[in-house]
Amino acid sequence: MTLMAEMNERAFKLGIPLTVHIDVTYRCNERCVHCYLDHDDKGEMTTQEIKNVLEQLAEAGVFFLVFSGGEVFMRRDFLDLVEHARKLMFNVKVKTNGVMIHQAEARRLRELGVEQVQLSVYSHRPEVHDAITKLPGSFKRTLDAIRFLKSQGLKVTLSNVLMTVNRADQQGTHALAKELGVSYTLDPTVTPKLDGDTSVLNLRVDSDHLEVLFQDTSLVGDVDEYCKPPDPVDDDVLEGYSCSAGHTACYISPYGDVFPCVQFPLPTGNVRRQKFADIWYRSPQMEEVRNIKVKDLPVCSTCTHAASCSRCPGLAYMEGSMRGPSSTDCEKSFHRTGIPSANMLRKNMAAGGPLVQILPITV
Amino acid sequence: MAETYIARSPAIAARMLGGEMMIMSVRDSTFFTLNEVATAIWQAADGCTPLSQIVEQKVCEEFDVTPEAARVDAEQFVSELSQHGILLVSDHPIPAPAPGPAERS
Repeated sequence: MTLMAEMNERAFKLGIPLTVHIDVTYRCNERCVHCYLDHDDKGEMTTQEIKNVLEQLAEAGVFFLVFSGGEVFMRRDFLDLVEHARKLMFNVKVKTNGVMIHQAEARRLRELGVEQVQLSVYSHRPEVHDAITKLPGSFKRTLDAIRFLKSQGLKVTLSNVLMTVNRADQQGTHALAKELGVSYTLDPTVTPKLDGDTSVLNLRVDSDHLEVLFQDTSLVGDVDEYCKPPDPVDDDVLEGYSCSAGHTACYISPYGDVFPCVQFPLPTGNVRRQKFADIWYRSPQMEEVRNIKVKDLPVCSTCTHAASCSRCPGLAYMEGSMRGPSSTDCEKSFHRTGIPSANMLRKNMAAGGPLVQILPITV
Repeated sequence: MAETYIARSPAIAARMLGGEMMIMSVRDSTFFTLNEVATAIWQAADGCTPLSQIVEQKVCEEFDVTPEAARVDAEQFVSELSQHGILLVSDHPIPAPAPGPAERS
């Protein structure tokens, strides 16, 4: 076990929120086609309110702090907030589109000791990227920002979301990251908008593309290991939890609302009215989330994928129940291994399909 | 003999977790945890208190260890952390030390 894994395990046992993701604004200078946010400012926390929250987070034991948005640099006080966070000795990661980062901002981020900057790039072709962000010239500005940040010696990650509109460019975007000398992450997850609008889900790539991704060694490493049949489900699995949401991680919105995760829109409290520690330790909703073990999931506890599924309780919640399956993850497990999930079999039965679905398994 | 002064580097992230100090270098993402004695030295590294005084007041008085053993361990600890840029070391007081992290045990 790595030292970091040991720390995670210790934080889990102690109930310490090791990682907090805070969106400092939902305002943005881009209008990405897949974005789940409403970009109007409905009363963001002030500079002092956020600084106060950061002090409470440090007191609660938070180590990893992710600043995101919206676009973080839409706040004129953003670097002031980063400075305060670094004085409190957080490990700070910044997610940004980079279009407002020039040499001076890059230098300041390095001086402040930001550990990592993650920038969204959706294609290696300017016209495709700009069509997704709906901001003409954004590709050039984001790439300029990456070069400024790299020239300061900062650790940079290029983050791509795979969608129907850029799926043909995945390899080109990955190659661009290599050319720029930065890390690359790819996420095929498109989530419903926070207001419940699911129209953006039309941007999700189809199963054929997922299967191609899962066979790409440059993305998944050892394909045989990644796509192997799931391990048996034993008591340890059933007594385990789905993810870190509510256990060692949570999310805070620009309005002070606290959620178990950025992808889990279950309100648990608001730091404008309550102390963060009161929400973290005593919110009934947070308590409910952290009490759910795999054995408490009516469908997923019976699933052959229970030991290895990336089931997201937030996506399950948006589908109707935090104890239910997350269909997106069912599909990923299926396309990764060729073995249908309990949820897929159940739906198939409900739709009058075959009781037993036999599919070839690649060994 | 010249005194040694130590200060916490500003290029780190740090937090107490279950009685141990977690430290990560933001330059190379190297991750450390410090035991109780090392944590006591690290927390006292204000840039103006000599290492000998830190060892005497924060280690020998609070932990069951002889002065000689404490001095050897402390020098080794300081050497190791300074190589990773976690501690700044000088034979003169170091101005403007980094503020300490919020504590939680």
